[in-house]
Amino acid sequence: MLADRDRIFTNLYGQGDWGLEGARSRGAWQGTKSFIESGRDWITNEVKGSGVRGRGVAGFPTGLKWTFLPKVSDGRPHYLVINADESEPGTCKDREILRHDPHHLVEGALLAARAMDAHTAIIYVRGEFIRERQRLEAAVRQAYDARLIGKDNIHGWDFDIIVHHGAGAYICGEETALLESLEGKKGQPRLKPPFPAAMGVWGCPTTVNNVESIAVVPEILRRGGAWFAGIGRANNTGTKLYCVSGHVNTPATFEDAMGVTFEEIIEKHCGGIRGGWDNLLAVIPGGASVPCVPGEKIRHAIMDFDGLREAGSSLGTAAVIVMDKSTDIIKAIWRLSAFYKHESCGQCTPCREGTGWMMRVMERMVEGRAQKREIDMLFEVTKQVEGHTICALGDAAAWPIQGLIRNFRHVIEERIDAYTYNSTSEGAVPSIAAE
Amino acid sequence: MSVRRLADEAVQPASFAFSEENLKWAERKIAEYPAGRQQSAVIPLLMRAQDQQGWVSRPAIEKVAEMLGMAYIRVLEVATFYTQFQLKPVGTNAHIQVCGTTPCMLRGAEALRKVCQHRIHPDPFHTNPEGTLSWEEVECLGACVNAPMVMIGQDTYEDLTVERFEEIVDAFAAGKGKSITPGPQVERQFSAAHGGATVLREVPSAKRTRVEFPPPPAPAVKAAAPAGIKPARKSPAKKPQGDA
Repeated sequence: MLADRDRIFTNLYGQGDWGLEGARSRGAWQGTKSFIESGRDWITNEVKGSGVRGRGVAGFPTGLKWTFLPKVSDGRPHYLVINADESEPGTCKDREILRHDPHHLVEGALLAARAMDAHTAIIYVRGEFIRERQRLEAAVRQAYDARLIGKDNIHGWDFDIIVHHGAGAYICGEETALLESLEGKKGQPRLKPPFPAAMGVWGCPTTVNNVESIAVVPEILRRGGAWFAGIGRANNTGTKLYCVSGHVNTPATFEDAMGVTFEEIIEKHCGGIRGGWDNLLAVIPGGASVPCVPGEKIRHAIMDFDGLREAGSSLGTAAVIVMDKSTDIIKAIWRLSAFYKHESCGQCTPCREGTGWMMRVMERMVEGRAQKREIDMLFEVTKQVEGHTICALGDAAAWPIQGLIRNFRHVIEERIDAYTYNSTSEGAVPSIAAE
Repeated sequence: MSVRRLADEAVQPASFAFSEENLKWAERKIAEYPAGRQQSAVIPLLMRAQDQQGWVSRPAIEKVAEMLGMAYIRVLEVATFYTQFQLKPVGTNAHIQVCGTTPCMLRGAEALRKVCQHRIHPDPFHTNPEGTLSWEEVECLGACVNAPMVMIGQDTYEDLTVERFEEIVDAFAAGKGKSITPGPQVERQFSAAHGGATVLREVPSAKRTRVEFPPPPAPAVKAAAPAGIKPARKSPAKKPQGDA
C-alpha cells in the first residue's frame, strides 16, 4: 500500500483546513514561482516524463495533450478548460478535490496554463455540485486575495480563473459538448476535426483536462516527474483516486498507487466484499460506461489501464461498482440503460433512438418477457449503435449491455425460461421475476 | 432524451425580475466572460433565476434572453435541454431529488423512492396536497460511495436508511429542514470508510524531497532530464486579445 507521505491529496476527507493556510501547511503553493520561471517546456517535459495519463475516462497522456496546442500564438488567446462535470455513475473523486483540496486544483491550473501559454482557465463544475462549487469559488478568491493568481500576481504569469457550471447534463462531460455548453448553448458534441486544440471554446485553441489530471501537476513538479513515474507499472504510473461503491462492507474514496490488485483495494480499504469473496457476482471497474467483469475474473486483476484491459474492461475513472450475489444483474444494467436513455443529447439518430430501444428491450428482459433470439438481436443492435455516433455516449450505452450478454447470458435465459414456465394462455403470472 | 415543456400558461407568472442583489451578481457574472461572449452566462443566470423563484418560468427565460441579447428560442432551448431546470413549480419547502442510478440502486434507492411515492405523491413532479413537498428521481448525483443519497435544495443527505429519510421528509414537511445537518447521516467523515479512514493517518507535512530523472545516456538529449531548475525559458508574456 502507498505510504501516506506519497499521497497527493492529503486532505481528502476534510480532516484539516481546506483554505489557503491549511493547504500551505500541507505543501501547496511551494516553489510555484520557480516552476513558472522554468518555462513552458520544462513543465511539459516533467509532466510528460511522469507518465500521467488523463484521469477522466480515456486515459490519454496529459503531457502529450498539452503539446497539441500551437507553439506560437496566432493572436487568439489559449484557454485551459478544466472538466469538473463529474457525472459518470460510480464516480465521486473530483468532488473530494473540489471541496477538500481545492488549492491543488487552483495551483495546478496556474501551472498547466503556463505550460500551454494560456492566461485564462475555466473550471466547468457540474450543476449539482453546488456546495463544492462554492468551496472552489472561495478558494479561487483566496488565491486572488493573496495575489497568487490574477493580473500582476507574485508568480509573474497573468492568470485568471472563471468558475462556470452546468445544469445537470451528463453529456457535458464530453469535451466538445462541454465547450458548447460553456458558450451558452445546448450541450451537443461537436464533430471533430477541428479538435479543441485548434478550435475550442470561442474559436480559440483550448485544452480540456480532468480535475484530477490538473490537480496532481503541482505535486509532480514539486517531487519530480521521476517520483510519479516510479509508482505503478510502466505506462500506468502514479497514484489514483479510487471510489468503491456498491456491495462492499465500507464503501470509500481513497488514493492508492496504480497497479494494485482488486483484491488488495477491497480488503485494505473497503472491509471486504459483503458476505465474503464467494458472494461476489460482478464488478463494473471504471464507472458506468465500461463492461462489467464477473467476480472470478476480477479478483486478481490489476487496477490500471492495461491490467483492466486484459480483464476485458477498462479503468475508466477508477469508480468501482461492486455487486454481490443478491443483485439482479439484469436490472442493474437496465438501470444504466435508463441512465443513458435519459442523458442522450438527441443529436445522432443511432444514440437517440437506440438508447431508448435498448432500454425498453432490457426492461422486458428484467421480467423475462422476451424471446431468447432477442438476446442476439439486442447484441446486434448495440453493435449498430457503437461507433456510429459523434461522441462516445453511444458506445458507453452499448458496452454495459454487451458485457452483460457476454458474461451473464445464462442469467437472461434462465429469466426467460422462468417467465415462460409461469405463463398461461392468458399471459404471464407476474410472480417471481420482476422485483 | 426526455421531452420537457414549459409549464401551462395558467401557472406562469405575469413577469419576472431579478432581485437587486441578484441583478448585481448577474452583472458581475456576465463581465467575467470575454467581451461579446456574454451568452456563456446563460446557464448561471437561469440557475440564479431558479434559485430566486423556485423554478424557471417563461417570463424568467424571456428576461434572461433580454439581458444577454440572445434570441428567446436559444434560451428556451437551454432551459429545456438541461434537466436541472425545473420548468414547473415545485414544493415550497423542498423538492427532493432521489438519486436512482445503479450505485445508489444497489444500496437501496428504490426504498427511498417508495417513501417519496407514499409520503408525497405517487408520481414525480407533483406536489403533496399542501404544496410543500415534491420529488423526482434523478440520475447520478456523484456521491456514490455515500449511497443511497438525496439532494434537497443545495445540500446532499447521504448514507440514508428508510427510517432516517422519513425523519428528513418529516422535518422538511414541517418547514424545519435546517435542523437536519447535511452530509452523511451516519458516523462517518465524508467519503472515508465507515468506522475510520484507512489512509491519511499521518499528519501531512509541507516537506518535499525531489526525485530527479536519471541522467540520460550521453550524448544527452536535452529535453529528457532537467536537473533542478533550468534557467528561465520564458516566452514573452503577451497579453492575449479578447481576454476578459
